[in-house]
Amino acid sequence: MLTEVRILGRGGQGAVTASQIIAIAAFYDGLQSQAFPMFGVERAGSPVRAYVRLSDKEIKDRTEICFPDYSIVLDPTLLQSLNVCEGVKKSVIVNCTRCISLKKETYYVDATSKAMEIIGKPFVNVAMVGAFAKVTGIITLKSINKAIDDLFGLKGKPEVIQKNKDAVKAVYDAVKK
Amino acid sequence: MKKVIECSHAIAEAVKLCKPAVIPMFPITPQTHIVERLADFINEGSLDSEMIHVESEHSAMSAAIGSSAAGTRTFTATNSQGLLLMSEMVFVASGMRLPIVMAIANRAVSSPINIWCDHSDSMAVRDSGWIQLYCESTQEAFDTIIQAFKVAEKTFLPAMVCVDGFSLTHVWEPADILSSKEVDKFLPKYKPMFSLDPKKPVTMGPIAFPNTYQDFKKQQHDAMKESLKEIVDVNKEFKSKFNRSYGNGLIETYKMDDAKIVYVCMGSLCTTVRGVIDDYRKKGKKVGMIKIKCFRPFPTENILDVTKDVENLLVIDKAVSLGNEPIVFNEIKSALYGKNIKLRSYVAGLGGRDVTHYMLRKALEDKDKGGEEWLG
Repeated sequence: MLTEVRILGRGGQGAVTASQIIAIAAFYDGLQSQAFPMFGVERAGSPVRAYVRLSDKEIKDRTEICFPDYSIVLDPTLLQSLNVCEGVKKSVIVNCTRCISLKKETYYVDATSKAMEIIGKPFVNVAMVGAFAKVTGIITLKSINKAIDDLFGLKGKPEVIQKNKDAVKAVYDAVKK
Repeated sequence: MKKVIECSHAIAEAVKLCKPAVIPMFPITPQTHIVERLADFINEGSLDSEMIHVESEHSAMSAAIGSSAAGTRTFTATNSQGLLLMSEMVFVASGMRLPIVMAIANRAVSSPINIWCDHSDSMAVRDSGWIQLYCESTQEAFDTIIQAFKVAEKTFLPAMVCVDGFSLTHVWEPADILSSKEVDKFLPKYKPMFSLDPKKPVTMGPIAFPNTYQDFKKQQHDAMKESLKEIVDVNKEFKSKFNRSYGNGLIETYKMDDAKIVYVCMGSLCTTVRGVIDDYRKKGKKVGMIKIKCFRPFPTENILDVTKDVENLLVIDKAVSLGNEPIVFNEIKSALYGKNIKLRSYVAGLGGRDVTHYMLRKALEDKDKGGEEWLG
Protein backbone atom coordinates (compact mmCIF):
# COMPACT_ATOMS: atom_id res chain seq x y z
CA MET A 1 0.00 0.00 0.00
CA LEU A 2 1.23 3.48 -0.87
CA THR A 3 1.27 6.16 1.83
CA GLU A 4 1.97 9.76 0.91
CA VAL A 5 2.97 12.41 3.43
CA ARG A 6 3.34 16.18 3.30
CA ILE A 7 5.35 18.04 5.90
CA LEU A 8 4.75 21.76 6.31
CA GLY A 9 7.18 23.95 8.18
CA ARG A 10 9.07 27.18 7.96
CA GLY A 11 12.48 27.60 6.37
CA GLY A 12 15.05 26.55 8.98
CA GLN A 13 12.70 24.32 11.00
CA GLY A 14 13.91 21.14 9.35
CA ALA A 15 10.88 19.89 7.41
CA VAL A 16 13.24 18.39 4.83
CA THR A 17 15.25 16.60 7.52
CA ALA A 18 12.01 15.22 9.00
CA SER A 19 11.10 13.82 5.59
CA GLN A 20 14.50 12.14 5.34
CA ILE A 21 14.14 10.56 8.79
CA ILE A 22 10.74 9.12 7.87
CA ALA A 23 12.13 7.73 4.59
CA ILE A 24 15.17 6.15 6.26
CA ALA A 25 13.11 4.72 9.15
CA ALA A 26 10.56 3.23 6.75
CA PHE A 27 13.38 1.58 4.81
CA TYR A 28 14.58 -0.06 8.06
CA ASP A 29 10.99 -1.23 8.61
CA GLY A 30 11.10 -3.03 5.26
CA LEU A 31 9.37 -0.49 3.05
CA GLN A 32 10.36 1.30 -0.14
CA SER A 33 10.64 5.02 0.46
CA GLN A 34 11.21 8.32 -1.29
CA ALA A 35 11.69 11.74 0.35
CA PHE A 36 12.00 15.01 -1.52
CA PRO A 37 11.64 18.71 -0.79
CA MET A 38 9.33 21.13 -2.56
CA PHE A 39 12.18 22.49 -4.63
CA GLY A 40 12.32 26.20 -4.19
CA VAL A 41 14.30 29.17 -3.13
CA GLU A 42 13.62 28.77 0.58
CA ARG A 43 14.37 31.59 2.93
CA ALA A 44 14.42 31.31 6.71
CA GLY A 45 10.90 31.69 8.02
CA SER A 46 9.00 31.25 4.77
CA PRO A 47 6.64 28.28 4.40
CA VAL A 48 8.46 25.11 3.28
CA ARG A 49 7.10 21.76 2.13
CA ALA A 50 8.69 18.35 2.07
CA TYR A 51 7.19 15.08 0.90
CA VAL A 52 7.52 11.36 1.59
CA ARG A 53 6.21 8.30 -0.24
CA LEU A 54 6.22 4.93 1.54
CA SER A 55 5.16 1.65 0.01
CA ASP A 56 5.52 -2.09 0.33
CA LYS A 57 5.94 -2.17 -3.47
CA GLU A 58 8.27 -0.38 -5.89
CA ILE A 59 7.38 3.34 -5.99
CA LYS A 60 6.54 4.33 -9.55
CA ASP A 61 5.82 8.00 -9.13
CA ARG A 62 7.93 11.15 -8.91
CA THR A 63 5.19 13.76 -9.13
CA GLU A 64 4.53 16.33 -6.45
CA ILE A 65 2.13 15.02 -3.80
CA CYS A 66 -1.16 16.96 -4.06
CA PHE A 67 -3.37 14.49 -2.14
CA PRO A 68 -1.31 13.28 0.84
CA ASP A 69 -2.66 10.70 3.25
CA TYR A 70 -1.11 12.64 6.12
CA SER A 71 -0.16 16.28 6.58
CA ILE A 72 2.36 17.06 9.31
CA VAL A 73 2.43 20.69 10.48
CA LEU A 74 5.60 21.70 12.33
CA ASP A 75 4.63 25.30 13.04
CA PRO A 76 1.23 26.27 14.48
CA THR A 77 1.41 29.75 12.92
CA LEU A 78 1.05 28.10 9.50
CA LEU A 79 -2.57 27.32 10.39
CA GLN A 80 -3.36 31.01 9.84
CA SER A 81 -1.64 31.38 6.49
CA LEU A 82 -2.03 28.01 4.75
CA ASN A 83 -4.82 25.51 4.27
CA VAL A 84 -3.02 22.64 6.00
CA CYS A 85 -5.91 20.29 5.18
CA GLU A 86 -5.65 20.86 1.42
CA GLY A 87 -5.98 17.55 -0.40
CA VAL A 88 -5.49 15.51 2.79
CA LYS A 89 -7.04 12.02 2.58
CA LYS A 90 -6.66 10.84 6.18
CA SER A 91 -5.27 13.03 8.96
CA VAL A 92 -3.50 16.22 9.89
CA ILE A 93 -0.86 16.01 12.63
CA VAL A 94 -0.22 19.43 14.16
CA ASN A 95 2.33 20.80 16.59
CA CYS A 96 0.28 23.18 18.77
CA THR A 97 -0.32 23.93 22.41
CA ARG A 98 -4.03 23.18 22.56
CA CYS A 99 -6.59 20.81 21.17
CA ILE A 100 -7.81 22.03 17.81
CA SER A 101 -10.27 20.69 15.31
CA LEU A 102 -9.71 21.14 11.60
CA LYS A 103 -11.74 20.03 8.59
CA LYS A 104 -9.89 16.70 8.55
CA GLU A 105 -9.23 14.22 11.35
CA THR A 106 -6.76 16.08 13.54
CA TYR A 107 -4.05 14.90 15.92
CA TYR A 108 -2.16 17.41 18.02
CA VAL A 109 0.82 17.49 20.32
CA ASP A 110 2.69 20.34 22.00
CA ALA A 111 6.01 19.34 20.48
CA THR A 112 7.56 22.78 21.05
CA SER A 113 7.15 22.44 24.87
CA LYS A 114 8.52 18.88 24.78
CA ALA A 115 11.50 20.05 22.71
CA MET A 116 12.18 22.97 25.09
CA GLU A 117 11.96 20.59 28.07
CA ILE A 118 14.20 17.88 26.62
CA ILE A 119 16.46 19.53 24.03
CA GLY A 120 16.37 23.03 25.47
CA LYS A 121 15.65 24.49 22.03
CA PRO A 122 12.44 24.65 19.96
CA PHE A 123 13.59 22.01 17.45
CA VAL A 124 10.45 20.03 16.67
CA ASN A 125 11.19 18.48 13.28
CA VAL A 126 12.75 15.26 14.54
CA ALA A 127 10.34 14.99 17.47
CA MET A 128 7.27 15.27 15.21
CA VAL A 129 8.37 12.11 13.40
CA GLY A 130 7.42 10.41 16.69
CA ALA A 131 3.88 11.77 16.34
CA PHE A 132 3.72 10.44 12.78
CA ALA A 133 4.89 7.01 13.98
CA LYS A 134 2.22 6.87 16.70
CA VAL A 135 -0.66 8.08 14.49
CA THR A 136 0.12 5.86 11.50
CA GLY A 137 1.89 2.85 12.99
CA ILE A 138 3.85 2.65 9.72
CA ILE A 139 7.30 3.24 11.19
CA THR A 140 8.72 2.11 14.53
CA LEU A 141 10.55 4.09 17.22
CA LYS A 142 13.48 1.72 16.88
CA SER A 143 13.87 2.55 13.19
CA ILE A 144 13.47 6.27 13.83
CA ASN A 145 16.36 6.07 16.30
CA LYS A 146 18.47 4.27 13.72
CA ALA A 147 17.58 6.93 11.14
CA ILE A 148 18.63 9.67 13.57
CA ASP A 149 21.96 7.90 14.07
CA ASP A 150 22.41 7.64 10.30
CA LEU A 151 21.76 11.33 9.69
CA PHE A 152 23.48 12.87 12.71
CA GLY A 153 25.76 10.12 13.97
CA LEU A 154 28.89 11.41 12.30
CA LYS A 155 28.53 15.12 12.97
CA GLY A 156 26.16 15.47 15.94
CA LYS A 157 27.12 15.44 19.61
CA PRO A 158 26.01 12.16 21.26
CA GLU A 159 24.05 13.95 24.01
CA VAL A 160 22.15 16.09 21.47
CA ILE A 161 21.33 12.98 19.44
CA GLN A 162 20.06 11.23 22.59
CA LYS A 163 17.94 14.27 23.50
CA ASN A 164 16.35 14.21 20.04
CA LYS A 165 15.56 10.51 20.48
CA ASP A 166 14.02 11.27 23.88
CA ALA A 167 11.96 14.04 22.30
CA VAL A 168 10.71 11.61 19.62
CA LYS A 169 9.56 9.21 22.38
CA ALA A 170 7.94 12.02 24.41
CA VAL A 171 6.00 13.31 21.42
CA TYR A 172 5.10 9.72 20.43
CA ASP A 173 3.55 9.24 23.88
CA ALA A 174 1.84 12.64 24.03
CA VAL A 175 0.11 12.94 20.66
CA LYS A 176 -3.69 13.02 20.99
CA LYS A 177 -6.69 13.06 18.72
CA MET B 1 25.15 -1.96 1.03
CA LYS B 2 21.62 -0.77 0.41
CA LYS B 3 20.59 2.40 2.19
CA VAL B 4 18.42 5.48 1.79
CA ILE B 5 20.64 8.15 0.29
CA GLU B 6 20.26 11.43 -1.54
CA CYS B 7 20.91 11.00 -5.27
CA SER B 8 23.61 13.70 -5.25
CA HIS B 9 25.37 11.94 -2.38
CA ALA B 10 25.13 8.62 -4.24
CA ILE B 11 26.79 10.25 -7.25
CA ALA B 12 29.57 11.53 -4.98
CA GLU B 13 29.95 8.01 -3.51
CA ALA B 14 30.29 6.60 -7.03
CA VAL B 15 32.90 9.21 -7.94
CA LYS B 16 34.81 8.41 -4.75
CA LEU B 17 34.87 4.72 -5.69
CA CYS B 18 36.24 5.59 -9.15
CA LYS B 19 39.12 7.52 -7.50
CA PRO B 20 39.61 10.44 -9.88
CA ALA B 21 42.95 12.16 -9.28
CA VAL B 22 41.59 15.60 -10.08
CA ILE B 23 38.19 17.24 -9.57
CA PRO B 24 38.04 20.81 -10.89
CA MET B 25 34.84 22.29 -9.56
CA PHE B 26 32.65 25.35 -9.67
CA PRO B 27 29.38 25.13 -7.73
CA ILE B 28 25.98 25.79 -9.30
CA THR B 29 22.47 24.94 -8.12
CA PRO B 30 21.32 22.11 -8.18
CA GLN B 31 24.70 20.41 -8.62
CA THR B 32 26.08 21.68 -5.30
CA HIS B 33 25.31 18.64 -3.12
CA ILE B 34 27.55 16.49 -5.34
CA VAL B 35 30.46 18.91 -4.96
CA GLU B 36 29.94 19.44 -1.24
CA ARG B 37 29.96 15.72 -0.53
CA LEU B 38 33.13 15.22 -2.60
CA ALA B 39 34.77 18.04 -0.63
CA ASP B 40 33.69 16.24 2.60
CA PHE B 41 35.33 13.02 1.39
CA ILE B 42 38.59 14.79 0.58
CA ASN B 43 38.48 16.64 3.91
CA GLU B 44 37.88 13.47 5.95
CA GLY B 45 40.61 11.65 4.00
CA SER B 46 38.48 8.97 2.33
CA LEU B 47 39.14 10.38 -1.16
CA ASP B 48 42.64 11.20 -2.30
CA SER B 49 41.86 13.72 -5.05
CA GLU B 50 42.98 17.21 -5.86
CA MET B 51 39.91 19.44 -5.86
CA ILE B 52 40.64 22.60 -7.82
CA HIS B 53 38.39 25.50 -6.86
CA VAL B 54 38.23 27.45 -10.07
CA GLU B 55 36.67 30.84 -10.75
CA SER B 56 34.21 29.78 -13.46
CA GLU B 57 32.92 26.75 -15.29
CA HIS B 58 35.00 27.70 -18.31
CA SER B 59 38.03 27.30 -16.05
CA ALA B 60 36.61 24.10 -14.54
CA MET B 61 36.55 22.41 -17.93
CA SER B 62 39.91 23.96 -18.87
CA ALA B 63 41.45 22.48 -15.72
CA ALA B 64 39.73 19.15 -16.41
CA ILE B 65 41.25 19.13 -19.90
CA GLY B 66 44.67 19.87 -18.45
CA SER B 67 44.50 17.14 -15.83
CA SER B 68 43.04 14.57 -18.20
CA ALA B 69 45.70 15.40 -20.80
CA ALA B 70 48.30 14.84 -18.08
CA GLY B 71 46.97 11.29 -17.90
CA THR B 72 44.79 11.33 -14.79
CA ARG B 73 41.20 10.25 -14.24
CA THR B 74 39.16 13.46 -14.03
CA PHE B 75 35.64 14.29 -12.86
CA THR B 76 33.61 17.46 -12.74
CA ALA B 77 29.94 18.43 -12.50
CA THR B 78 27.81 21.33 -13.65
CA ASN B 79 24.58 22.27 -15.40
CA SER B 80 22.59 25.06 -17.02
CA GLN B 81 24.45 28.39 -17.25
CA GLY B 82 27.59 26.66 -16.05
CA LEU B 83 27.50 24.13 -18.87
CA LEU B 84 26.87 26.89 -21.40
CA LEU B 85 29.71 29.00 -20.01
CA MET B 86 32.08 26.05 -20.35
CA SER B 87 30.66 24.96 -23.70
CA GLU B 88 33.69 26.22 -25.62
CA MET B 89 35.92 23.90 -23.60
CA VAL B 90 33.36 21.06 -23.74
CA PHE B 91 34.06 20.82 -27.48
CA VAL B 92 37.81 21.06 -26.87
CA ALA B 93 37.71 18.12 -24.42
CA SER B 94 35.99 15.80 -26.90
CA GLY B 95 38.16 16.97 -29.82
CA MET B 96 41.24 16.09 -27.78
CA ARG B 97 39.66 12.69 -27.02
CA LEU B 98 39.96 13.11 -23.25
CA PRO B 99 37.80 10.66 -21.25
CA ILE B 100 36.53 13.17 -18.68
CA VAL B 101 33.31 12.21 -16.86
CA MET B 102 30.96 15.05 -15.98
CA ALA B 103 27.72 14.85 -14.02
CA ILE B 104 25.01 17.19 -15.29
CA ALA B 105 22.29 18.09 -12.76
CA ASN B 106 19.93 19.03 -15.58
CA ARG B 107 18.48 22.51 -15.17
CA ALA B 108 16.67 25.02 -17.40
CA VAL B 109 18.54 27.81 -19.14
CA SER B 110 18.04 31.58 -18.72
CA SER B 111 16.26 33.77 -19.49
CA PRO B 112 13.98 33.96 -17.61
CA ILE B 113 16.23 32.64 -14.88
CA ASN B 114 15.08 29.28 -13.54
CA ILE B 115 16.90 26.80 -11.30
CA TRP B 116 14.62 23.82 -11.85
CA CYS B 117 14.84 20.79 -14.09
CA ASP B 118 14.58 20.43 -17.81
CA HIS B 119 17.00 19.13 -20.42
CA SER B 120 17.74 22.40 -22.26
CA ASP B 121 21.30 22.57 -20.95
CA SER B 122 22.64 19.18 -22.00
CA MET B 123 20.63 19.30 -25.23
CA ALA B 124 22.43 22.53 -26.13
CA VAL B 125 25.71 20.59 -26.26
CA ARG B 126 24.32 17.39 -27.76
CA ASP B 127 26.55 17.77 -30.84
CA SER B 128 29.73 18.35 -28.84
CA GLY B 129 31.07 14.80 -29.17
CA TRP B 130 30.35 13.80 -25.57
CA ILE B 131 28.53 10.59 -24.73
CA GLN B 132 25.27 11.50 -22.96
CA LEU B 133 23.65 9.05 -20.54
CA TYR B 134 20.36 10.03 -18.84
CA CYS B 135 19.40 8.48 -15.49
CA GLU B 136 16.03 7.65 -13.99
CA SER B 137 16.84 6.81 -10.36
CA THR B 138 19.44 7.22 -7.63
CA GLN B 139 20.61 3.67 -8.23
CA GLU B 140 20.96 4.27 -11.95
CA ALA B 141 22.87 7.52 -11.37
CA PHE B 142 25.29 5.73 -9.03
CA ASP B 143 25.82 2.82 -11.42
CA THR B 144 26.06 5.01 -14.50
CA ILE B 145 28.90 7.14 -13.09
CA ILE B 146 30.99 3.98 -12.64
CA GLN B 147 30.04 2.67 -16.08
CA ALA B 148 30.72 6.05 -17.69
CA PHE B 149 34.37 6.07 -16.58
CA LYS B 150 34.83 2.63 -18.08
CA VAL B 151 33.15 3.51 -21.39
CA ALA B 152 34.92 6.87 -21.66
CA GLU B 153 38.36 5.40 -21.01
CA LYS B 154 37.81 2.52 -23.44
CA THR B 155 36.66 4.82 -26.26
CA PHE B 156 38.67 8.00 -25.48
CA LEU B 157 35.44 9.95 -25.48
CA PRO B 158 34.23 12.18 -22.65
CA ALA B 159 30.89 11.30 -21.07
CA MET B 160 28.09 13.26 -19.42
CA VAL B 161 25.94 11.53 -16.83
CA CYS B 162 22.71 13.51 -16.86
CA VAL B 163 20.54 13.52 -13.75
CA ASP B 164 17.41 15.65 -13.41
CA GLY B 165 18.19 18.61 -11.16
CA PHE B 166 16.12 18.65 -7.94
CA SER B 167 13.62 16.13 -9.39
CA LEU B 168 16.29 13.47 -8.89
CA THR B 169 19.41 15.09 -7.41
CA HIS B 170 17.56 16.07 -4.21
CA VAL B 171 15.53 12.87 -3.81
CA TRP B 172 16.33 10.46 -0.97
CA GLU B 173 15.60 6.85 -1.86
CA PRO B 174 17.17 3.42 -1.34
CA ALA B 175 20.23 2.56 -3.42
CA ASP B 176 22.84 -0.16 -3.21
CA ILE B 177 26.24 1.46 -2.72
CA LEU B 178 29.02 -0.84 -3.92
CA SER B 179 32.23 -1.34 -2.00
CA SER B 180 35.63 -0.11 -3.08
CA LYS B 181 36.73 -3.72 -3.61
CA GLU B 182 33.81 -4.42 -5.95
CA VAL B 183 34.36 -1.29 -8.05
CA ASP B 184 38.12 -1.90 -8.26
CA LYS B 185 37.37 -5.25 -9.89
CA PHE B 186 35.13 -3.60 -12.47
CA LEU B 187 37.00 -0.40 -13.23
CA PRO B 188 40.72 -0.83 -13.81
CA LYS B 189 43.23 1.96 -13.25
CA TYR B 190 43.20 4.53 -16.04
CA LYS B 191 45.96 3.97 -18.55
CA PRO B 192 46.10 6.86 -21.03
CA MET B 193 47.29 6.19 -24.55
CA PHE B 194 49.14 9.51 -24.58
CA SER B 195 49.80 11.96 -21.81
CA LEU B 196 51.59 15.22 -21.24
CA ASP B 197 54.97 14.38 -19.81
CA PRO B 198 57.99 16.72 -19.82
CA LYS B 199 60.27 13.70 -20.33
CA LYS B 200 58.45 12.69 -23.51
CA PRO B 201 57.08 15.97 -24.88
CA VAL B 202 54.00 15.85 -27.11
CA THR B 203 51.61 18.52 -28.37
CA MET B 204 47.93 17.99 -27.79
CA GLY B 205 45.13 19.82 -29.54
CA PRO B 206 47.25 21.80 -32.02
CA ILE B 207 45.91 23.45 -35.15
CA ALA B 208 44.53 21.21 -37.89
CA PHE B 209 44.59 22.67 -41.33
CA PRO B 210 41.90 22.12 -43.98
CA ASN B 211 43.77 19.04 -45.14
CA THR B 212 43.29 17.24 -41.76
CA TYR B 213 40.51 18.86 -39.69
CA GLN B 214 37.70 16.94 -41.38
CA ASP B 215 39.54 13.67 -40.77
CA PHE B 216 39.74 14.42 -37.05
CA LYS B 217 36.00 14.97 -37.00
CA LYS B 218 35.37 11.77 -38.96
CA GLN B 219 37.41 9.82 -36.42
CA GLN B 220 35.45 11.37 -33.56
CA HIS B 221 32.19 10.59 -35.32
CA ASP B 222 33.23 6.97 -35.93
CA ALA B 223 34.37 6.62 -32.33
CA MET B 224 31.01 7.92 -31.10
CA LYS B 225 29.16 5.40 -33.29
CA GLU B 226 31.43 2.56 -32.19
CA SER B 227 30.94 3.51 -28.55
CA LEU B 228 27.36 2.18 -28.82
CA LYS B 229 28.85 -1.31 -28.64
CA GLU B 230 31.14 -0.41 -25.72
CA ILE B 231 28.19 0.96 -23.76
CA VAL B 232 26.29 -2.28 -24.34
CA ASP B 233 29.31 -4.35 -23.31
CA VAL B 234 29.97 -2.34 -20.17
CA ASN B 235 26.29 -2.60 -19.20
CA LYS B 236 26.50 -6.37 -19.72
CA GLU B 237 29.66 -6.71 -17.66
CA PHE B 238 28.16 -4.58 -14.90
CA LYS B 239 25.14 -6.89 -14.88
CA SER B 240 27.27 -10.02 -14.67
CA LYS B 241 29.22 -8.57 -11.73
CA PHE B 242 26.53 -6.71 -9.78
CA ASN B 243 23.25 -8.13 -11.11
CA ARG B 244 21.88 -4.75 -12.19
CA SER B 245 21.40 -3.37 -15.69
CA TYR B 246 19.44 -0.72 -17.54
CA GLY B 247 18.00 -2.35 -20.65
CA ASN B 248 20.92 -2.94 -22.97
CA GLY B 249 22.64 0.20 -21.68
CA LEU B 250 21.31 2.31 -24.55
CA ILE B 251 17.56 1.99 -24.20
CA GLU B 252 15.39 0.35 -21.58
CA THR B 253 11.90 -0.86 -22.39
CA TYR B 254 8.92 -1.28 -20.11
CA LYS B 255 6.02 -3.63 -20.95
CA MET B 256 6.92 -3.50 -24.65
CA ASP B 257 6.26 -7.16 -25.52
CA ASP B 258 2.80 -6.50 -26.95
CA ALA B 259 2.60 -2.70 -26.63
CA LYS B 260 0.79 -0.74 -29.31
CA ILE B 261 0.90 2.72 -27.70
CA VAL B 262 4.31 3.70 -26.42
CA TYR B 263 5.70 6.62 -24.44
CA VAL B 264 9.26 7.69 -25.28
CA CYS B 265 11.00 9.66 -22.54
CA MET B 266 14.26 10.24 -20.67
CA GLY B 267 15.33 10.78 -17.09
CA SER B 268 13.34 10.77 -13.86
CA LEU B 269 10.01 11.18 -15.68
CA CYS B 270 10.27 7.50 -16.71
CA THR B 271 9.41 6.40 -13.15
CA THR B 272 6.07 8.20 -13.22
CA VAL B 273 5.36 6.90 -16.72
CA ARG B 274 5.86 3.33 -15.42
CA GLY B 275 3.12 3.95 -12.85
CA VAL B 276 0.75 5.36 -15.49
CA ILE B 277 1.43 2.34 -17.75
CA ASP B 278 0.62 -0.05 -14.87
CA ASP B 279 -2.77 1.67 -14.48
CA TYR B 280 -3.51 1.34 -18.20
CA ARG B 281 -2.40 -2.31 -18.20
CA LYS B 282 -4.90 -3.08 -15.42
CA LYS B 283 -7.59 -1.85 -17.83
CA GLY B 284 -6.18 -4.07 -20.58
CA LYS B 285 -4.68 -1.27 -22.66
CA LYS B 286 -1.48 -2.27 -24.43
CA VAL B 287 0.76 0.59 -23.35
CA GLY B 288 4.54 0.54 -22.97
CA MET B 289 7.59 2.78 -22.68
CA ILE B 290 10.95 3.23 -24.35
CA LYS B 291 13.39 4.98 -22.06
CA ILE B 292 16.26 6.50 -23.95
CA LYS B 293 19.23 6.16 -21.62
CA CYS B 294 21.92 6.91 -24.17
CA PHE B 295 21.02 9.99 -26.21
CA ARG B 296 24.50 10.47 -27.71
CA PRO B 297 25.44 8.40 -29.58
CA PHE B 298 21.80 7.89 -30.64
CA PRO B 299 20.68 4.23 -30.59
CA THR B 300 18.74 4.28 -33.88
CA GLU B 301 18.98 0.52 -34.49
CA ASN B 302 17.60 -0.27 -31.05
CA ILE B 303 14.68 2.09 -31.52
CA LEU B 304 13.87 0.35 -34.83
CA ASP B 305 14.11 -3.09 -33.19
CA VAL B 306 11.61 -2.40 -30.41
CA THR B 307 9.05 -0.46 -32.46
CA LYS B 308 8.27 -3.10 -35.10
CA ASP B 309 4.70 -3.71 -33.89
CA VAL B 310 4.01 -0.32 -32.36
CA GLU B 311 1.10 1.79 -33.64
CA ASN B 312 1.56 5.05 -31.74
CA LEU B 313 4.61 6.73 -30.28
CA LEU B 314 4.16 9.55 -27.77
CA VAL B 315 7.49 11.36 -27.51
CA ILE B 316 7.90 13.57 -24.45
CA ASP B 317 10.62 16.20 -24.59
CA LYS B 318 11.90 18.19 -21.62
CA ALA B 319 13.63 20.62 -23.95
CA VAL B 320 12.74 22.51 -27.10
CA SER B 321 14.44 23.51 -30.27
CA LEU B 322 12.80 26.90 -30.60
CA GLY B 323 11.43 27.28 -34.09
CA ASN B 324 11.45 23.57 -34.91
CA GLU B 325 10.01 20.36 -33.50
CA PRO B 326 11.43 19.20 -30.12
CA ILE B 327 14.78 17.44 -30.03
CA VAL B 328 14.08 13.86 -28.95
CA PHE B 329 11.01 13.83 -31.20
CA ASN B 330 13.13 14.96 -34.12
CA GLU B 331 15.59 12.11 -33.50
CA ILE B 332 12.83 9.52 -33.20
CA LYS B 333 11.13 10.77 -36.37
CA SER B 334 14.40 10.56 -38.21
CA ALA B 335 15.11 7.05 -36.88
CA LEU B 336 11.65 5.85 -37.98
CA TYR B 337 11.70 7.46 -41.42
CA GLY B 338 9.47 5.52 -43.77
CA LYS B 339 7.86 3.44 -41.01
CA ASN B 340 4.12 3.34 -40.58
CA ILE B 341 3.92 4.56 -36.97
CA LYS B 342 1.81 7.49 -35.80
CA LEU B 343 4.02 9.99 -34.00
CA ARG B 344 2.96 12.72 -31.63
CA SER B 345 5.24 15.20 -29.91
CA TYR B 346 4.81 16.55 -26.39
CA VAL B 347 6.78 19.25 -24.64
CA ALA B 348 6.48 18.97 -20.87
CA GLY B 349 8.14 19.85 -17.60
CA LEU B 350 10.08 22.88 -18.78
CA GLY B 351 11.66 24.84 -15.94
CA GLY B 352 10.62 22.22 -13.38
CA ARG B 353 6.88 22.16 -14.11
CA ASP B 354 5.51 18.94 -12.65
CA VAL B 355 4.58 16.36 -15.32
CA THR B 356 1.44 14.90 -13.75
CA HIS B 357 -0.53 11.68 -14.29
CA TYR B 358 -3.27 13.79 -15.83
CA MET B 359 -0.85 15.19 -18.45
CA LEU B 360 0.46 11.73 -19.29
CA ARG B 361 -3.09 10.38 -19.67
CA LYS B 362 -4.02 13.38 -21.84
CA ALA B 363 -0.97 12.64 -23.99
CA LEU B 364 -2.31 9.15 -24.56
CA GLU B 365 -5.87 10.28 -25.27
CA ASP B 366 -4.58 12.64 -27.99
CA LYS B 367 -2.37 9.98 -29.54
CA ASP B 368 -3.91 10.08 -33.02
CA LYS B 369 -3.91 13.85 -33.42
CA GLY B 370 -0.38 14.07 -34.81
CA GLY B 371 1.69 17.22 -34.51
CA GLU B 372 2.87 18.78 -31.29
CA GLU B 373 1.36 19.75 -27.95
CA TRP B 374 2.71 21.51 -24.87
CA LEU B 375 1.46 19.77 -21.74
CA GLY B 376 0.48 21.70 -18.58
